[in-house]
Amino acid sequence: MIRVQGLRKSFGRTKALDGLDLQVSVGEVHGFLGPNGSGKSTTIRVLLGLLRADAGTVTLLGGDPWRDVTRLHRRLAYVPGDVSLWPNLTGGEVIDLLGRLRGGLNPKRRATLLERFDLDPTKKCRAYSKGNRQKVALVAALASDVELLLLDEPTSGLDPLMEQTFRDCIEQGRDDGRSVLLSSHILAEAEALCDRVSIIRAGRNVETGTLTELRHLTRTSISADLAGPPNGVASLRGIHDLDVEGNRVRFDVDAAYLDEALRGLTEVGVRGLVSQPPTLEQLFLEHYGNGSAGGRPADPAGAAARS
Amino acid sequence: MTGVTGVGPLVRLAVRRDRVLLPVWAVLLAGMAGLSASATVGLYPDLASRVQAAQNINATSSLVGLYGRIYDVTALGALATIKLGGFGAALLGVLGLVLIVRHTRAEEEAGRLELVGAGVVGRYAALTAALLVTTTALVAIGALTSGALIAAGLPSSGSIAFGLSWAGTGIAFAAVGAVAAQMTTSARGAIGAAGATLGLAYLLRGIGDSSDPDGLRWLSWLSPVGWAQQVRPYAGDRWLLLIPLLALAVATSAVAYVLLARRDLGAGLLTDRPGPATAPAGLRSPLGLAWRLHRVALAAWLVAFLLVGIVVGNIASDVGGLLNSAQARDMILRLGGRHGLTDAFLAAEFSIVGVLASVYGVQAAMRLRVEETALRAEPLLATAVSRARWTASHTVVAVLGTTALMVGAGLGAGTAYAAHTGDSAQIGRVLGAALVQLPAVWVLTGVVVAAFGLAPRFVAAGWAALAIFLLIGQLGAIFEFPQWVMGLSPYTHVPRLPGGPFGPTPMLWLLGIAAALTGVGFASFRRRDLG
Repeated sequence: MIRVQGLRKSFGRTKALDGLDLQVSVGEVHGFLGPNGSGKSTTIRVLLGLLRADAGTVTLLGGDPWRDVTRLHRRLAYVPGDVSLWPNLTGGEVIDLLGRLRGGLNPKRRATLLERFDLDPTKKCRAYSKGNRQKVALVAALASDVELLLLDEPTSGLDPLMEQTFRDCIEQGRDDGRSVLLSSHILAEAEALCDRVSIIRAGRNVETGTLTELRHLTRTSISADLAGPPNGVASLRGIHDLDVEGNRVRFDVDAAYLDEALRGLTEVGVRGLVSQPPTLEQLFLEHYGNGSAGGRPADPAGAAARS
Repeated sequence: MTGVTGVGPLVRLAVRRDRVLLPVWAVLLAGMAGLSASATVGLYPDLASRVQAAQNINATSSLVGLYGRIYDVTALGALATIKLGGFGAALLGVLGLVLIVRHTRAEEEAGRLELVGAGVVGRYAALTAALLVTTTALVAIGALTSGALIAAGLPSSGSIAFGLSWAGTGIAFAAVGAVAAQMTTSARGAIGAAGATLGLAYLLRGIGDSSDPDGLRWLSWLSPVGWAQQVRPYAGDRWLLLIPLLALAVATSAVAYVLLARRDLGAGLLTDRPGPATAPAGLRSPLGLAWRLHRVALAAWLVAFLLVGIVVGNIASDVGGLLNSAQARDMILRLGGRHGLTDAFLAAEFSIVGVLASVYGVQAAMRLRVEETALRAEPLLATAVSRARWTASHTVVAVLGTTALMVGAGLGAGTAYAAHTGDSAQIGRVLGAALVQLPAVWVLTGVVVAAFGLAPRFVAAGWAALAIFLLIGQLGAIFEFPQWVMGLSPYTHVPRLPGGPFGPTPMLWLLGIAAALTGVGFASFRRRDLG
């Protein structure tokens, strides 16, 4: 489906992509992860032929994305990260227009999607919120019979309910045999949907693999209200950044020690508990420091998993 | 006064954003007034010729409708500023309302006001800052204009009255713009509504001025533009009539504040009606979309061009008696050609109409860049639409739109002129005179498309080119520029029709250059990055 090797792209003196590799096979949902400004959108724009690669080879659906624009674009659909629509057109009009320009859309699927995403197609686009504009682009993309979906942070404006709908739609797309490149900076989303993920930073691959292969990267944030003073929590294994305020504790824990940490908490007694998977930014800050581009992995496991 | 906290920084922000726009407008408007005043002084050297010219204008109802009435036929200043009094005041009104909307509703629509509003900024700060900046700018432009008129040799009292009547009209319509900005949710809609109010005011005074004193003359008193003219600079200087203008400005601004207090950020008082849930059959191509995006504006332009054409045709019918001064007649002949005064007049007017059509063409072609920077080109180009096809969509609208405008103006003028002369053959002749402007107009759209492809950041080169060509045409005749400089402007090569000699060669050259520029734009856009 997609094969990118040694892709380079600079804007003036800024290096947006610095030797990026990416491979998406047929029928795969591929997560494309990285912090803001790491080059996800630039890569997708190169794949769409909107930007021209400075160096490297890019193959999309067996063609050259820069040269075979119209032929390739009939077979794919794209949802931009920053959806900007024509203020005086209605959402329904935009969905139809984009679908027709792509070579037609499935009216039955269109109706179902509008209902599932709870989107009013008669509203003018200027009246839509960010989330609703994103839904317009999503419905337009998902209602087309295409082989490949390129989605650039498609859920950044959706509420949790709609995010679940989105996940269902993507899973259904996978069952129909579609391939998906899903860019995101939310690990949880990638975990829920993706067969494989590529993690990039500063225009370069940091990790590629299945989620189990990358599991060692996850570190969960725990915030808990305890029944008594949190004695002994500090001595638990795999705990980072512990913060104690009266009976309230906050810390990050390595996935391997999550069990142990929770057991330690219940010994004191838990009144309230919030656990959050880390954002990629936190992850990168923890694992690679805040320094130079493509920084060195601090732990050997990370280095081994590098492709 | 917590409601206006943060006005200071917002004023500085507005001034910084407008640091080019405002001085350019100020110099253009004051310069236009000064230059045309000094030209009139030279054109009518003695009292008799002035009285004659003023009486001729007052006797021509289409001119009175267009510009207004001269209330003292002996006053040089009244004659010199007749074309600028009402029309220039309306221009200041446009500037005022555009500035207000630009700093209020446009910011709000773009979501930037939300960002600013989350800082230490009061609810009324944005509107107050916009009114402060706009009012100050309009007063400064008025003062500059007064100075230019005095420098041109006109009496100072009348010149100050003139500058104040300009500024007063501008401020009144800035306030109208402030109200419109509270009503609609889009900046475009606000400018449209306030602009329509201004157009109506201008029309009312046009009908009123050209009517009998015991007929509909009172209509002029319903129009703020009419009040500005009733100040009668150089012909009585009735200062008191500035009061209703200021009263209107204050009252309307107060309404804007009341409305602002009652609505949510981002909302308007007029809500959008729901539209169709599915796209009409015509919306299936980039061209279909471009037509949809341009059609309302194009229709408004077309109505304006039809009206301008009809007015030009009407004036042409009695232009023979209009310019009784030998110098004026000599000048028109020199500028326009040698086949009769009327033909010369029509040729001169159509060259101006051609420039106006270029304004539309440049703006329509620039939509390419607007769509690109607004990120709306991206979803289209991610579908099976090639770059050439998308570029063609807005280019076609620019080319066919300018054609429609010139056809409208030509038919309007031709029919009006033919109706007066009873000679239906004039329709084709006048229409032809309008159509020969088009190749030059398309060179300008070509400049925009070429810039869009080659150097998208500098797509405003279209405006720069238009301004330069215009200056060459306006100043070239006065300062006798060398031929090659004159030749740089495409407008120089347009045949002076009707009446002048017509050869296809310059037209073909212009068409070729327009096509080449457009082709360069297409080819280079195909090669560059989007964004």
